[in-house]
Amino acid sequence: MSSIATLKDPSQERQKQMIAGHFTRLAKAKESGRKVVSTFVPGNLTELLLSFDLLPILPEINALQSGMRQRSAEFIQKAEKIGHSEDVCAYVKCDLGMLESGNVGPTGEVLPRPDLLLLSYTGCFTFLKWFELLKESTDAPVAMLQVPYQGGGRATPEMRDYVVRQLREVIIPALERVSGKKYDEDRLKELLARSAKAEDDLVWVLESAKHRPSPIDAYFGAVYYVGPIFSAFRGTEDALHYYRELREEVEDRIRRKEGPITPDGPMGEQRFRLVVEGPPNWTSFREMWKMFHSEGAVVVASTYTKVGGVYDDGFRHDPNRPLESLAEYCLGCYTNRNLPTRASMIARYVQDYHADGFLVHSVKSCDSFSAGQLLILRDVEAKTGKPGGFFESDLVDPRYFSAANIKNRVESYLQMIEQRRSKVVAS
Amino acid sequence: MRCAVGIDLGSTTTKSVVLGEDGRILGRGITNSRSNYDVACAVARREAFDDVRRTLCAGALARTELPAADRPAFLERLRRGFQLSQYLVQLGALREFASAELPAVEALFAGSRLGPALSRILDALEAGAPALFAPDAPRRSDFFRDTAASEYHKLAQSIASPQQPFEALLGVFDKAILKVENRDIDIPFAEGAGRAIDRAILQSCLPTRTMAESIRAVLTEVYEHPLEVVASVGTGYGRARLPFPKEQIRSEILCHGLGAHAMFPGTATVLDIGGQDTKAIQVDGDGIVTSFQMNDRCAAGCGRYLGYIADEMDLGLHELSPLAEKSTRPVRITSTCTVFAGAEIRDRLTLGQRREDVLAGLHRAVILRAMALLARSGGVRNELTFTGGVAKNSTAERVLRQLISENYGDITMNVSPDSIYTGALGAALFASRMALAREEAAA
Repeated sequence: MSSIATLKDPSQERQKQMIAGHFTRLAKAKESGRKVVSTFVPGNLTELLLSFDLLPILPEINALQSGMRQRSAEFIQKAEKIGHSEDVCAYVKCDLGMLESGNVGPTGEVLPRPDLLLLSYTGCFTFLKWFELLKESTDAPVAMLQVPYQGGGRATPEMRDYVVRQLREVIIPALERVSGKKYDEDRLKELLARSAKAEDDLVWVLESAKHRPSPIDAYFGAVYYVGPIFSAFRGTEDALHYYRELREEVEDRIRRKEGPITPDGPMGEQRFRLVVEGPPNWTSFREMWKMFHSEGAVVVASTYTKVGGVYDDGFRHDPNRPLESLAEYCLGCYTNRNLPTRASMIARYVQDYHADGFLVHSVKSCDSFSAGQLLILRDVEAKTGKPGGFFESDLVDPRYFSAANIKNRVESYLQMIEQRRSKVVAS
Repeated sequence: MRCAVGIDLGSTTTKSVVLGEDGRILGRGITNSRSNYDVACAVARREAFDDVRRTLCAGALARTELPAADRPAFLERLRRGFQLSQYLVQLGALREFASAELPAVEALFAGSRLGPALSRILDALEAGAPALFAPDAPRRSDFFRDTAASEYHKLAQSIASPQQPFEALLGVFDKAILKVENRDIDIPFAEGAGRAIDRAILQSCLPTRTMAESIRAVLTEVYEHPLEVVASVGTGYGRARLPFPKEQIRSEILCHGLGAHAMFPGTATVLDIGGQDTKAIQVDGDGIVTSFQMNDRCAAGCGRYLGYIADEMDLGLHELSPLAEKSTRPVRITSTCTVFAGAEIRDRLTLGQRREDVLAGLHRAVILRAMALLARSGGVRNELTFTGGVAKNSTAERVLRQLISENYGDITMNVSPDSIYTGALGAALFASRMALAREEAAA
């Protein structure tokens, strides 16, 4: 074990400490007099919250952490016991179950009740219901930011102005009320400037997967990379350092022509380059990753690493247009894009990253994003001529993870690519 | 002789196919997968090699004076004679294991003394064996368990008494049969094939002694001829358990695609309904898989569903379709949950619906589920090949034909009587290509 532990990238240790540190700050929020705001990953307004010295708490992150710690089954059961159906989003049930069980976070410390529920709704309809439930059990006020869906495939200036107006008229006043502080735009600008720098490094890291061998796994490995920027750290010095360090590490691996380090050690020969759509399964995260890396499959691009913001098409937070760029960020999240845009994005990844194919991991308890995935599959196949694969489990409900079946599916899929490849060589 | 072997370790049965150097199928073998995959694999493979010898015997007979018209009957006698030898050896094993189980079972049934009854049953089974495999006897199941169990049950029922309770006798059988199944019985030539050849010669009343001698000599030569396995490939659910290196393991998706293409070269879409999964596979003109879909997280509507229904209705699997075909007004059944099926059946029957109509509805429900998967995989293209254990069920086949025609129009649908071997055939073809590639690399 120790040999594997020492193989961990230093950036991963830093990441772990940052996240743990944030949970500790949250646990001590009441005694340190800091106010806490619950909000979601897609379309999060971290810089704005930090400019008021507010601490963000993200229920999806709590749920996925519970999943990784093997606590989600018990939390989900608890939520079902109080009346939530088996078909309800497992993140919601996991979060509610955790709340019911004393709200102990991943570091073993009790997490505070939020002082405000900031519902920055982007694409996922369940978010609305989730916060209705949280409102009931926490009695915290709700501030809702309605982000128009990119139904037409693009964000219009009217949409942006609409979001900016809400930021000015609804969100900022709510944050002023809960923090007792006045809105400080200069401070926000400083934070946004740091965000943009960190975003540059993140994009550089994600795009490094264009190298052969790929120095990163852009799905299983990259969920760690997006952790800080998607959660509480965008705009902080910590994030700046983390992404700089990560980038240097990846540069180093490219120089040495090395692949990513997996939980089971450095990855061997990369025989398959894949693009993945859909979030990972958290309860069997390591097992699922192993199904890929043990077969020599590396993920070179994923959409999940874009749910907290799409940066690879050039968008950056902009200190010169603070509220406008926050609005554009919310509108541009992957979850807020329509099906044709999502399909085009995947097709572009398959082409730009020279992938052998793409896989859709469909989430049983997520109606919002599983709907249409089969259409995406067909569309991307038609656009790229590369084979698509489909498998299904869940985010944090372990009852939907059938290891033997998923392994069978993944192996079959990779063998199919291999067979097609050898046919091309033979002819 | 050099051959390539494919093994398909399925959830219900294990199949093996042996190919000759020219790619021709020389033999097939099948056994129930039981709890021990290693044994299932060994048994299926051995059965396939027994079949290879029979194929070779057919060729060898052509070199004797036996008239061509008499050869099929002779071969059938040989086959049955060989089965009889196997049956007797397995009965011997059953006797041995059953005796060992006696004390434990007697302890569960106070005052019981099962020894004499058990001896009587097994003696009777042994005495009755030749009749079971006589040339004019009806064909039996390929599995020792099925044949032995039905005979054993009948005898146990007839001699059961308070000292020798029926349940206790059954208990002995159930424990012993597992052990019989968990070892592969390889019979030496003298006891097995040699005796079968002698029996077939005897039963055939050949005109001259010289003819008998020449046949014996030619067939003995067939059995002594060495068979060299140049490559093996394994597939199926239990493939990870196969004693093969990783490069010799192929996913059943690829094997079913290639196997279906070999059986029907015009195949574009394959529907495979097996014991625990349903696969919709699209292949190109060379049998290479281009995409596939499988049932997710739930095996509702697979072969096991029909197996469960058969158990619920106290029918054999092979009896389901003939009964369903008698239906005049199929009942509409929407659930394909295997566990719910029992309740659904009882409920319908209580409502006064006929068994055949309920059965017809259940078959339709299975195929409707497969239709959804086909749609998901990109639809049905011409030609469609239907494989897997369920393809043997003629009601399933008929309903599929009907729904394909309604939804996709004029599509050729292929079903082979050997469809259950599709995966094993594909695996054997992969093995054969692997051997060829190796030779080319060496040269």
